[in-house]
Amino acid sequence: MSKIRVLVVDDEGELAHTVVERLGIRGFEADAATSGAEALELVARSRYDVVVLDLKMPGLGGIEVIDRLKEDHPELPVLLVTGHGSVEAAEEGMQAGACCYVMKPVDIEALAKMIKDAVSD
Amino acid sequence: MGLVRNLFVKGADDFSLGSGGQKRRYEVLRRYAVFSAAFVSITPLIIMTLLGYYQYEKAFRAELMGPISHLASSTKQSLEYFLQERRSALRMIVGEKSFEELADSATLQHTFSNLRRSFGGFIDLGLIDGSGKQRSYVGPYSLAGKSYQEQAWFHEVRLRGVHVSKVFLGHRGFPHFVIAVKHENPDGTWHVLRSTIDSEMLEKRILAEGLHRASDAFLIDREGLLQSRSRRYGEILQKITLPVPPPSSRADVMEVSDTDGTPLIMGWAFIGDSPFIFVLVKPSGAALESWNTLRTELLVFTLISVVLILAVIWWGSTYMVRRINEADHKRAAVLHKVEYTNRMATIGRLAAGVAHEINNPLAIINEKAGLLQDIVSADDTSPQRDKFLGLAGSIVSAVSRASRVTHRLLGFARHMDVRMEPIALEMLVAEVLGFLEREASHRNIKVNIQASNDLPTINSDRGQLQQVFLNILNNAIAAVGDGGKIDITLKLWGQDKVAVVVVDDGFGIEAVDLPKIFEPFFTTKKDGGTGLGLSITYGIVEKLGGTITAESEPGDWTRFTVVLPIERSGGLGSQG
Repeated sequence: MSKIRVLVVDDEGELAHTVVERLGIRGFEADAATSGAEALELVARSRYDVVVLDLKMPGLGGIEVIDRLKEDHPELPVLLVTGHGSVEAAEEGMQAGACCYVMKPVDIEALAKMIKDAVSD
Repeated sequence: MGLVRNLFVKGADDFSLGSGGQKRRYEVLRRYAVFSAAFVSITPLIIMTLLGYYQYEKAFRAELMGPISHLASSTKQSLEYFLQERRSALRMIVGEKSFEELADSATLQHTFSNLRRSFGGFIDLGLIDGSGKQRSYVGPYSLAGKSYQEQAWFHEVRLRGVHVSKVFLGHRGFPHFVIAVKHENPDGTWHVLRSTIDSEMLEKRILAEGLHRASDAFLIDREGLLQSRSRRYGEILQKITLPVPPPSSRADVMEVSDTDGTPLIMGWAFIGDSPFIFVLVKPSGAALESWNTLRTELLVFTLISVVLILAVIWWGSTYMVRRINEADHKRAAVLHKVEYTNRMATIGRLAAGVAHEINNPLAIINEKAGLLQDIVSADDTSPQRDKFLGLAGSIVSAVSRASRVTHRLLGFARHMDVRMEPIALEMLVAEVLGFLEREASHRNIKVNIQASNDLPTINSDRGQLQQVFLNILNNAIAAVGDGGKIDITLKLWGQDKVAVVVVDDGFGIEAVDLPKIFEPFFTTKKDGGTGLGLSITYGIVEKLGGTITAESEPGDWTRFTVVLPIERSGGLGSQG
């Protein structure tokens, strides 16, 4: 069984790479992107099973990235991470096509479970 | 924070309009209103009443004195006519008949008889020559040959030509007076015709005027000796106890008092060419009875008016001041609410910004510490493995604690959606207690819920109410000692509200802290609470259209009362 491929998108590169490393320890094959534009580029180049996307980023924001992804990869599950604490913003993201959301700081075990659930759905 | 606390304290002061100082201020306002209104309404009334009083009194006195003056005047004319008639008769006789003719007793007798027939009152008639000797006499007295040369009246006649004497009683005690007229002959000699007149004739003219029983009319001389009988002052030649009126050419009236203090209206008239003064007295008490009645009615009317005006002014001022007080209360409450909302919004924005900025570094620390745990966990050979895991665990735990603060800050800041649904409050509170059951049980804390039978379901937001009661009950559990007690009572509050009263027997809240407990970031917890729980609770309850109040007896108990509307009204809906 091939590893679940996860793209972690967060403008805080330090955070994104750490999450990638931790997901790697838990058996995922993860990449990091530090902007919405880079995320779209990586998704276009490679196959991913799940995108873990920060909602609030400079430049291309989380909602816009979801919109773009849904155009080209409607089946790709997007898991929103928000540090903003805004239920409205998270709900907006889910209306745009995200499957679920999780609050920062992220519990890695909970995130891993949500990724698995998203893929299995 | 100092500013925020000061604002809260000021808001609390504004709210307490029922304090001593405020009460005094409203009392002063009410007194000022009463005094001003009473002054502007009662002063004109009193002035008008006084003017009316004096006008009425003047009219009454004029009405009372007018008839007396008229009576005195008509009596004066009558008496003057009487005297004039008799003087003229004597003048005519002395002018038509010569001294010699009148000196003849038969002629004088004849003339006297004619005189008595024509005019009443003549008692005798005598002729006196220029030396003062009575030359002839007709009448009941023995006056023939009597000399009047040394008598005052004789000198008066010689100088003035006429004399009317005062009344005297004479030898027989009958009151009479004398009229004497002088006649000068062409040769320079002169003689006097003298007649005694019954003074009863004068009295008849006075009594003929028909006086009221309480009144009196009489003649006096200029010394105040009675010249006719009086009902009040006695017999002829007695001195009256009234003052002698001042000389006047016409009838006049004045108010006097008798020696016994009886107020009298006195009319008088000097009878021309005589020593007589006609006097008419009438007790003014009887005459002014109707005036006194009117005066009493006027006084009673004025007093009733003043009392009514004062009562209306008092009621009106009290009502007005009460309305002002209520309006001030409402204004203070609205200002307090606006102030609170503004403060919350400002703090909310600040909190959201701070929380967001802190959240990302926290996330990085959390992930790095987690990664450290992952790495160390995988390495069984490291001698410091357990220590590293412990340290990393402490970091994750601290991050978790910090993230709870940031989540609360974000929760405080974010807009709260209100989702209304029917809620059975008793069940909701029981559910919330379920969250805290373990700790309560562990510390042997006894929790009682008592709900009245008529408690209706309310229309409100379930999630937010859960947060409200979670905060309050969490605080209560933290406040009570092991084995403590928490009583929760749910009951109807008025007709359209329900109240949830939570009383714990914990350490209480100091009076100085009580006004601040709903302030953001205010906490008394030794372990460093966030100070947001009750502030958030306050905001939620307000948003749901309710109120929350706290009372406490330090060291004894604390009571939180949450009052919620059964049906929420107003448009606060989903505002933040």
